[in-house]
Amino acid sequence: MGTYILRRILQMIPVVIGTTFLIYWMVFSLGDPTVGRCGERPCPESYVARLHEEYNLDKSLPEQYVRYMGKVLQGDLGTSFNGNAVIDQLATRWPVTIRLAVIAIIFEAVIGIAAGLLAGLRRRSFWDTLVFVTTLVIISIPSFVLGSVAQMVFGVRLGWFPVTATQGTWQQLLLPGLVLGSLSMAYVARLTRNSLSENLSADYVRTARAKGMSAGRVVGVHTFRNSLIPVVTFIGADFGALMGGAIVTERIFNIPGIGGYIYHSINTKDATAVVGTITLLVLVFLVMNLIVDLLYGALDPRIAHD
Amino acid sequence: MRTLAKQNSTIVEPTGMDNWSPDHGHLLDVRNLNVEFRTRDGVAHAINGASFHLDRGESLAILGESGSGKSVTAQAIMGILDTPPGYVTGGEVFFRGVDLLKLPEDQRRRVRGQRIAMIFQDALSALNPVFTVGWQIAEMFRIHKGMNKSDAHSAAIKLMERVNIPAAAQRAGNFPHQFSGGMRQRVMIAMSIALDPEILIADEPTTALDVTVQAQIMELLKELQAETGMGLILITHDLGVVADVADRINVMYAGRIVESAGSRELYARPAHPYTEGLLDSIPRLDQTTGELSAIGGLPPNLTRIPAGCSFNPRCKYARDICRVDPEPPLVELGGGRSSACHFTHELLAGRLAPVAVLAENAVADPVPAAEEGINE
Repeated sequence: MGTYILRRILQMIPVVIGTTFLIYWMVFSLGDPTVGRCGERPCPESYVARLHEEYNLDKSLPEQYVRYMGKVLQGDLGTSFNGNAVIDQLATRWPVTIRLAVIAIIFEAVIGIAAGLLAGLRRRSFWDTLVFVTTLVIISIPSFVLGSVAQMVFGVRLGWFPVTATQGTWQQLLLPGLVLGSLSMAYVARLTRNSLSENLSADYVRTARAKGMSAGRVVGVHTFRNSLIPVVTFIGADFGALMGGAIVTERIFNIPGIGGYIYHSINTKDATAVVGTITLLVLVFLVMNLIVDLLYGALDPRIAHD
Repeated sequence: MRTLAKQNSTIVEPTGMDNWSPDHGHLLDVRNLNVEFRTRDGVAHAINGASFHLDRGESLAILGESGSGKSVTAQAIMGILDTPPGYVTGGEVFFRGVDLLKLPEDQRRRVRGQRIAMIFQDALSALNPVFTVGWQIAEMFRIHKGMNKSDAHSAAIKLMERVNIPAAAQRAGNFPHQFSGGMRQRVMIAMSIALDPEILIADEPTTALDVTVQAQIMELLKELQAETGMGLILITHDLGVVADVADRINVMYAGRIVESAGSRELYARPAHPYTEGLLDSIPRLDQTTGELSAIGGLPPNLTRIPAGCSFNPRCKYARDICRVDPEPPLVELGGGRSSACHFTHELLAGRLAPVAVLAENAVADPVPAAEEGINE
């Protein structure tokens, strides 16, 4: 197990280098990042020269990248063009994004698995059809439509939820979290339903019945865990993705999270902020993937981590 | 889990079974069993009036091709048919004088696993992949006997020793995929005999194993049966497996029992053309011609079983009477034999000659591949 984790971490190194280099190249080297910094007018010579100096823009691309990564390794993600340290921005914004992700994940896991169980246990029943149709509707609606409609109906008209989430508190993030989790919730419901109904006709379930186990135990103990293996994998990977912020949802509800920050930074051509944030996102995503794989091994003993 | 165990122990034992004694009749008496599968392609008549019985300490083999209804028979006795699509539409299954088909589910569950146990063909898929084998065996003691975890675990290890699994104490913590095929089947057997059942149904227990291991598993089943005096129902298509172990053989075809006889008698002189065909299809070293003989054609499509004798499209003796209803009844021939063929006496006397020109279209209605799954 220990060697497995170590090996996985070592494998991450080339992935991190590859992805960050690509991002760095796209942001800093495809066009001059100093262009357009000063609105309609060209920037003063001295300002451009200072930026070139600070970001080593006159050096070769590999050298620029190595110098940048050297600073990143010391915990310095750089200073964005408006003078704020990127790391400070992330420190205030990440908790908001995590809160949003947690709400979305809880919603998709609890409601999704429950709906999937309901449909999977009563195949071709009213409930199965209801879950099928509901999830189809959710999957078909783009998230910006769902978000705007939810904001309009539940926030503005009915007043059940705050319309925006400018402070990023749990209470404010509830409605955005539900909107954000709804698409994955639909997938989780379908995945659970199919996985369960497939496992219910497995040979070992027939064995459990032949052993004289009660119907509840046959489903709850013998089928449930097997059925959850793909579902847990999906939810874990989704959590990794949600940690990177949700650009659309954060825009709609005006949430001060990572997604909004990336959006803003791209819009203002803030190269340091974009590269710094995405470098960290890559790391988070890789770590989440590792955790999912470890969890997968814990659920399914046939997967050996050694 | 604890509440489930509690629920389990509060269930009333089925009444009437304990007053039963062998004088009252057979331990297991299946009468006129009918099972059908309602599928999109129509109703498949998987079992059509099968009747047989089993006594204590007896070994009964149910022999037949894929789709003959032998596995479905076992599942109907156990009460583990997948419903839908499978339905028992008629007949009785008397166990210790009580009709299992009329028992409510919670009482029937007390019979399942405890009094009638079953092992399956492919132990790898029949064992739960996410629990250790020790856990799966111990579950029998925990749920049915209310034992605590450690007692149940040591009981499970004893059982594993009893079925000759080496280093049982260590191996109890392994998962099914960590065992060889033969050892896995031993685990299945250990699990099935955990509560000293009176009947053990073995559904193709050796089909997935290689030949040397097959012999070991059959030997183990024989030993356990001799030790415990349980009745054994051996479901197989392998005539070689049956010869050694079974006292009596029921041959099934298209959901009916077409011949029932002691295994010696059946091997010596088949009383049904289908049995004869099965025996002839065993490859032999002393065969003079180079070709292997096989029964032509395929088992009938169970949604459209031919009129008359269901075997008639493949039977080399088939006459006009065989092609019209009613189908030949299973008649007693004396000496514990019975056969469902219009010409059984002639066949036994060796006076039955094949009809010279066999219809070219012997394949009446081949079973589509999809349907075989249901019947197995």
